[in-house]
Amino acid sequence: MNQVRRLLPDFGTTSSPTSVERLKERGFAEALRKVFAMSGEDIISQITESGIKGRGGAAFPTGLKWSSVYKAPGETKYVVMNADESELGTFKDRVLLEEDPLGALVGVLIAAHAVGAKKAFCYIRGEYRDVENRMAEALDTLRSQGWVGPDRVDVQIRRGAGAYIAGEETALFNSIEGKRPEPRVKPPFPTIKGLWASPTLIQNVETLANVAVLFAHDTEWFKQYGTKETIGTKLVAISGHVKQPGVYEVPFGMSLTDILNAPDLGGGIAGSGRLGAMLLGGAAGTFLTPEEIAKSSLDYASLGAVGANIGSGAVMVFDDTVDLVGVTTRLARFFAEESCGQCVPCRVGTQRVVELIENDGIQSRPQDLRELGLAMRDASICGLGQTAPLALLSLLDRPELRQHA
Amino acid sequence: MENSVTLAIDGQSITVAEGTTLRAACDVAHHTVPTLCWHENLTPANACRACVVEVKGSRTLVASCSRIAENGMEVQTGSERVMNARKVVAELLLSTSDSNLAPDLIALAQNSGAQADRFAGGATWAQPALEDNNLYVRDLSKCILCYRCVEACGDDAQNTFAIAVAGRGFNAHIDAGFGRDLPESDCVYCGNCVAVCPTGALIGKKEWDLRQTGQWDESQITQTETICSFCGVGCELNLHVMDNQIIKVTSPMDHPVTHGMLCVKGRYGYEFAQSEEQS
Ligand SMILES: Cc1cc2nc3c(=O)[nH]c(=O)nc-3n(C[C@H](O)[C@H](O)[C@H](O)COP(=O)(O)O)c2cc1C
Ligand code: SF4
Ligand code: SF4
Ligand code: SF4
Ligand code: FES
Repeated sequence: MNQVRRLLPDFGTTSSPTSVERLKERGFAEALRKVFAMSGEDIISQITESGIKGRGGAAFPTGLKWSSVYKAPGETKYVVMNADESELGTFKDRVLLEEDPLGALVGVLIAAHAVGAKKAFCYIRGEYRDVENRMAEALDTLRSQGWVGPDRVDVQIRRGAGAYIAGEETALFNSIEGKRPEPRVKPPFPTIKGLWASPTLIQNVETLANVAVLFAHDTEWFKQYGTKETIGTKLVAISGHVKQPGVYEVPFGMSLTDILNAPDLGGGIAGSGRLGAMLLGGAAGTFLTPEEIAKSSLDYASLGAVGANIGSGAVMVFDDTVDLVGVTTRLARFFAEESCGQCVPCRVGTQRVVELIENDGIQSRPQDLRELGLAMRDASICGLGQTAPLALLSLLDRPELRQHA
Repeated sequence: MENSVTLAIDGQSITVAEGTTLRAACDVAHHTVPTLCWHENLTPANACRACVVEVKGSRTLVASCSRIAENGMEVQTGSERVMNARKVVAELLLSTSDSNLAPDLIALAQNSGAQADRFAGGATWAQPALEDNNLYVRDLSKCILCYRCVEACGDDAQNTFAIAVAGRGFNAHIDAGFGRDLPESDCVYCGNCVAVCPTGALIGKKEWDLRQTGQWDESQITQTETICSFCGVGCELNLHVMDNQIIKVTSPMDHPVTHGMLCVKGRYGYEFAQSEEQS
């Protein structure tokens, strides 16, 4: 077995995902009792000790974020669960919320208690209606047990309306506030000035699920998996040319080769059967060559060495017949479609990238594309524009990936 | 010094008051950065990115118009990354919008060494001008989406909130609500959006008409200062006069009462003054 089941419940679990029985079976009821008797400081120091990092893409140390919100001056504080999940090739939060919705919600309650928030929002992708219903059911269960409500933590669900950019934390706040989801300038950071200008803790679904399982056990247990630098497990969403696409939980440090080929994970390369490339981290990610894949593992340092990032955990696999210029064109169209339009490098840049590569620009105007991509990466306001050119730049840097077309 | 911060700009040590933006600090160091969307009387919109600088330790470049100076910051206003970003910003805007009446953009393009047509040939914002009222014209083919008009119409000055950005990506645009004509919108014709527009995308009807017929001649225009006589607030007016006709009214951006902002009577009531003269 290469797979782990911690964030995801054991295969043998039969209780209904939203039931009181599940709450007990997973140790969450006990975790809540334990945590609500603890001080914010103690909770936060356990989070810090566990080494959890954000699973939404940026891998920011979670303990540091909590302590920043905890210390931020202000009567009113908020906790937000980011379940907008709209990155191409990313579908792990959906699976997590379907299979174990109580986990992430328990994480929200723990976070709220720790930082002193009385109100929390779960912002969920608009297309995830079924998941949203399940989340609402799970909230009802927590309410019936006295964990959710005006005296404890008031938790409300907010539904997105189909914009990838609304997953960016400050755009998400604007969306909850009823405004256009345009990212705000940072600093000030959300921990100081977030939702309605109050200190706000925003975390990805998977990060919050990690918090829940941590307190359902303890730090020692939590550290059983992972590497020295990166503790714990990660959900990866494998799609494309593998025999068994899907969402899997694996320990940090697992080799990319195992992720692709292990019989209980990717199960081997499909299509031609020969690996062509991998796009790691979704549309905002980087292409890796088979050689780079062979020497890399799922860890920030290892991937950093080849200029890649785990991102949200999206692993898109292409066999050696796929035209990656075509793939890059589709990614470029996605960003042009999803740019909010606020800043010049991204609003106009994403459009020009599409036009250039549709007109064979990768072949004929690589230098113009590179300078455009660097300006977008360097000068855009938010992560969308900053990462939009990364796949393209990685393809420009790897001519060997453009041999077949 | 208390309430002050010291930072390095292009290696030069500069001390400024706490709360000073990097843009203002760069001015102090005589290493002025270019700006397009920033306006002295408006909240920084951070939209154009012409003003980016490199701050040591920061992964991306930083918009100097809004970023507050901190002790020990090391700022570079002319690094390779900065120069590339500035140039590309200019080229992207030139490839999209008509820059004929946009002196700041033209200057940015020249100073950054932009190749005007590098990214040209694709989609543009060319579109028919909206002449739906007698006071000002919206020629959005010149717009660079600097957000100044939105801010002036909103809580930076007018508090009318008649216009906003609608649409996304390359289709984002200034809109009076559901694509309405101005007369159907909440606009009260204060013209404050026109006063802050840096590109001529918002332009007085009189100026528009004179330009269309080739009669607008900067060298023939004189300015006369006066105080608006419509009410007792005491707004200072600059009457722009050509051929004995008032063709535009503005107020100085540094005037303590108006900060450059007027109401419909001060800005467009000159037709009334002229009709009295003529009678
Ligand atoms: C364009 C864009 C889209 C994003 N979408 C998501 C998303 O759907 N879910 C998410 O958790 N984080 C998303 N993020 C990252 C968030 O801004 C933020 O970093 C994250 O929610 C923080 O949580 P974490 O520390 O637990 O990862 C997005 C960022 C950008 C720039
Ligand atoms: S980078 Fe793109 S999505 Fe982000 S603020 Fe700028 S235009 Fe909007
Ligand atoms: S004229 Fe005044 S009210 Fe009308 S859009 Fe411009 S700023 Fe707003
Ligand atoms: S109309 Fe003028 S002020 Fe308004 S966004 Fe466009 S360029 Fe800026
Ligand atoms: S002047 Fe700073 S972003 Fe436009």
